[in-house]
Amino acid sequence: MALPPLDSPQWNSPWLAFGWGLRSVTQTILTIVLFVTYLGIGALAHDTHFSLLWALASTLFVWAGPAQIILITTLGSGATIVQSAIAVTVSAIRLFPMVVSVLPLMRTPTTKRRELVFAAHLTAVTLWVECHRFLPLVPRERRIAFVHGLGCGLVSVCLVANTVGYFLAANLTQTLGAAILLLTPLSFLFSTARNSREVADVVALVLGIVLYPLAAKLSSGVDILVSGVVAGTIAYGVHWWREVRA
Amino acid sequence: MSSAQLIGDWHALAVLFVAGVVPNQIWRMLGLWFGGGIDEGSELLVWVRAVATAILAGVIAQIVVEPPGALAGVPDSLRYGAVAAGLVVFLLTRRSIFAGVVTGEVFMLAGKWWLG
Repeated sequence: MALPPLDSPQWNSPWLAFGWGLRSVTQTILTIVLFVTYLGIGALAHDTHFSLLWALASTLFVWAGPAQIILITTLGSGATIVQSAIAVTVSAIRLFPMVVSVLPLMRTPTTKRRELVFAAHLTAVTLWVECHRFLPLVPRERRIAFVHGLGCGLVSVCLVANTVGYFLAANLTQTLGAAILLLTPLSFLFSTARNSREVADVVALVLGIVLYPLAAKLSSGVDILVSGVVAGTIAYGVHWWREVRA
Repeated sequence: MSSAQLIGDWHALAVLFVAGVVPNQIWRMLGLWFGGGIDEGSELLVWVRAVATAILAGVIAQIVVEPPGALAGVPDSLRYGAVAAGLVVFLLTRRSIFAGVVTGEVFMLAGKWWLG
């Protein structure tokens, strides 16, 4: 399936654009990756004694894989609500720059802020990555509707995956459970690497991985924030230096 | 499966709201609020995107270095080896996410099987 040309009548209504967004779910390998990741989250929720409704509500209202995994594992391992909330808040900081960078792709001069609230909610790593790929192919005034369709499609896939994973969990061996959990870092690593086109992105990714174990030795409680800001700032420095030289 | 397993209790859902929903939505809504005046190609955005990428990289490292749940039962060398093997194949296949993920998984499962 290819998206219609920018001047096609297929983009004449927001509903058609929503439909194209929904159908675009079938055009990305990340849908399979998400399905498997959320299969894992459903299984993890089952094994840590959360209800199916809880798992589905976390997907609907949190809508951030890493945050959901951190929430389930910390609560499941006996952390307090406050400790879990801090860990999740820190992991969710990356949503801020994602929202900041993705919303301008959809905005027109007349767009009201409230029209972007649902798109902001749907923003998570997969949508962020796919927006940069798909949105240049979508007329600007239809991008919000397109993103709503794409996001609703992805959420639906994940809700199904949660349910399947939850019911499979009872039958998964320890090794298969580990294999499903390993899918999360692998898929996030490679999908981020594939979309790192600029040197700054590559530096941020590599340094972010290398610096985390060092930052974790500080046990500051905000290790990911420390390594992220340091690695990201160095990456920006590299970008700036190359710009100045050019 | 009982209704307790399917629905659970309201306390757990309240915890989800406080520790899961609020911490995520705060950042999204702050992004919505402060992102308004920022230009797509601005230098601030380049920095902010680099930090976002690095924080996600940190989450990836954290899951591998301090693994949750069943993954903790896999030896360190197998986890690191799986990521390294996946990365090599990912790069050799001109950035195929699928090839990288499958290689990492096969490496880990084969290692688990070989170690017994």
